[in-house]
Amino acid sequence: MATARTALEKVCGDVRADAEHGLTAAPASVEEAAAVMRAAAEHGLAVLPQGAGTRAHWGPPARRRDLVLDTRRLDRLVEHAAGDLVVKAEAGLPMGRLAAALAERGQRLALDADPASTVGGTVATGAAGPLRLLYGTPRDLVIGLTLVRADGEIARSGGKVVKNVAGYDLGRLFAGSYGTLGLIVEATFRLHPRPAVSAYVTASYTDPDAAHAAVQAVLHSPVHPSAVEVAAGGGGIAVGVLAEGATDRSGAVAALLGPGASADASPPAWWGRRPGGGILIEVTGRPTDLPRLLRAAPALAWSASGHGWTALPEDADPAPLLAALRAIGGAVVRTGPARVMQGPDVWGPLPALPLMRRVKDQFDPGHRLSPGRFAGGI
Amino acid sequence: MTEAVSGLAERFTALLGPGGVVTDPVRLATYECDGLTNHRARPALVVLPDDGAQIAEIVRACVAAGVPYVARGSGTGLSGGALPRTDGVLIVTSRLRRVLEVDVPNQRAVVEPGVINLDVSRAVRADGYYFAPDPSSQQICSVGGNVAENSGGAHCLKYGFTAHHVLSCEVVTPEGEVVELRADDPGYDLLGVFVGAEGTLGIATKVTVKLTRLPETVQTLLAAFDSIERGGTAVSAIIGAGVVPAAIEMMDALSIEAAEASVACGYPPGAGAVLIVELDGPAAEVEHQFAQIRALCEEAGAFEIRVAADDAARALIWRGRKSAFAAVGRISPAYLVQDGVIPRTALPRVLARIDALSAESGVRVANVFHAGDGNLHPLVLFDDAEPGAAERAEQVSGAILDLCIEHGGSITGEHGVGVDKARYMPRMFTATDLDTMQMVRCGFDPAGLCNPGKIYPTPRLCGEAPGVRKGVHPLVEQGKADLF
Repeated sequence: MATARTALEKVCGDVRADAEHGLTAAPASVEEAAAVMRAAAEHGLAVLPQGAGTRAHWGPPARRRDLVLDTRRLDRLVEHAAGDLVVKAEAGLPMGRLAAALAERGQRLALDADPASTVGGTVATGAAGPLRLLYGTPRDLVIGLTLVRADGEIARSGGKVVKNVAGYDLGRLFAGSYGTLGLIVEATFRLHPRPAVSAYVTASYTDPDAAHAAVQAVLHSPVHPSAVEVAAGGGGIAVGVLAEGATDRSGAVAALLGPGASADASPPAWWGRRPGGGILIEVTGRPTDLPRLLRAAPALAWSASGHGWTALPEDADPAPLLAALRAIGGAVVRTGPARVMQGPDVWGPLPALPLMRRVKDQFDPGHRLSPGRFAGGI
Repeated sequence: MTEAVSGLAERFTALLGPGGVVTDPVRLATYECDGLTNHRARPALVVLPDDGAQIAEIVRACVAAGVPYVARGSGTGLSGGALPRTDGVLIVTSRLRRVLEVDVPNQRAVVEPGVINLDVSRAVRADGYYFAPDPSSQQICSVGGNVAENSGGAHCLKYGFTAHHVLSCEVVTPEGEVVELRADDPGYDLLGVFVGAEGTLGIATKVTVKLTRLPETVQTLLAAFDSIERGGTAVSAIIGAGVVPAAIEMMDALSIEAAEASVACGYPPGAGAVLIVELDGPAAEVEHQFAQIRALCEEAGAFEIRVAADDAARALIWRGRKSAFAAVGRISPAYLVQDGVIPRTALPRVLARIDALSAESGVRVANVFHAGDGNLHPLVLFDDAEPGAAERAEQVSGAILDLCIEHGGSITGEHGVGVDKARYMPRMFTATDLDTMQMVRCGFDPAGLCNPGKIYPTPRLCGEAPGVRKGVHPLVEQGKADLF
């Protein structure tokens, strides 16, 4: 390790070592990041890319970790082409700072990102919130990516125009890849104008079928919601609809949700929140699976596009709930105690795992990038 | 026909029946190109399977025999993505034409790859839904082709591309395995990279598409300007005002002239440019923004604005735009269709440069474009009877792509790279970029038999570790491959 440290210090101005984390290198430019990755390759170091660490405890822990590559000094907003509704930023830029810069020009990156998280972390974990109904997730909004490969080479895909089909879209491949294919150093996103009017229309239900009927009524209406969210736990089921645009459509939405619906300009307290608990489970299903999911899960935060969250206390056995959820759709354990995260039941079925392994082997033949952090032990 | 291919012909006849295999040279000739007719190659063998299981068997047999294969949908592609191999098998998906399931409550439909794009919308329109990607060939192009090319269309400004409207694909991998790639599944987003891979990562045999709610209202206006610059100013003003229309299309004087000659669309006389802006969505929303757009067009100097009062009037406005490519045939014996992208704010600068290019070379260029997302479709006109004219047109067409790259754009917005633009890829990407993209291909298709020779000018030798290459690759040594 001592020689590895010396090699890293030669190419990077910020190399630290401590007993808890081992080696950490924090490059301040794309070139410096590439040099760090090259040095790590030469010394066979297992590398764990990390931003603000807001999701560092998500997924199984790395099998091996010799070097944490801290991206937080890569924090430039490279270019905000407001007239083109495009922004390019370095991986370590906090999403909150990015959002503030975009807001100055009346624009936003429609991801509901955690302001403390970084650009790179958001892409690498595929993080998205309620707006996913209309705008999708990072895979849908990343239009260009700069990455450093396991061997230290810098590569780009996409570009800075939204409409572009030249070459494979590595942005989509890297979105949600948890640092196992390469180091994300820059990302370019498609932006959207901030709406003039935002209305959150909410209503409460006690019966899962009634809540589901309300959600379906909104989805199949022409009100064009930006988000339709459901939060259940502790008895009631809340349904919330976000209608955005140039005009106020809250009346039309309230009529769909039924008597008792109310509108507000700001989100309800539960909006975009995940249920609390030591074991956090990401749930996927079809929109019509909602009533079954509501009955199967003790608490549920659900986006009507077919994605949600449930949770269990840290000392619970998640196996029965996972089995019930997987009989409906998909369920992945995102956080939990070591006995769960290192167990066999984190991911559920992975029909494309052999292909995934082959792609991983191409990008990281030495299996040095975040080993063990990903699906199927990748 | 090589021995390997004639062995396959026998095997496929047993599998598909004699009606499912084409070996007759005259019939083979009908498959020798797709929508891009200047690249031609007669396939050694054409097969017309009926279902995904047969496609999997065909692929496995090709792999076992070491014979390359290419998938083809309706053959409307404009980059030669479905150009066959003379030594290979062409797998045509047009018989896989069933809409397998329509699931309105879940806003999705499952279709076979040969289903025509517009037929998906037809199947669900009565339920108030449609399939959003709308390439101009949507009356004949197939969903499988849309998946391969990540097709867009005039309305992708607001609704996105095929990649945003596919939830899962059943895929026959390049090695003949059948696997379901789903956007929701944990793990790498292989579906995301498969869509738009131009048929190089396998063949989709079932596609689950997202259905989009039909908008409450659609409003369309046509604004005429005396110059392209003024039209461009209007586009910037609309986007700057925070409006995202469903479509913003622009045509210049030459393409208007062609459209008039062809379909008599009756655009305002004397226009240097026309802008077609379409808004859709909730009625109140559309009404508000429509008034805004009208005012912005007037401010930018529109000398005439027409608003479509009904669907018939809307169709009339669109008729000129939709006929533009074919219409150019009325004013020029031959033409090249280019597909490049620039940041939309660069529109005035790039159009001025295209004008200059045209003036210097004496080659006429008609401009039709998806102005909202900076996607240019310059039509480069030439007379194919005149010696050297085709070459000059090709040069101008290539120079336009250079302009796109120079302004931070792309060499293709929707037609794909295929065989036509592979040579331009190194102008847009470094060798390392292209090498990295091809790592995905090596993961999927180590033998390099699935639609080889497309997208990338230099194939990556699979099995090679990334990094600095040392020594001579065994395939090079055996004379089976070249390094450039």
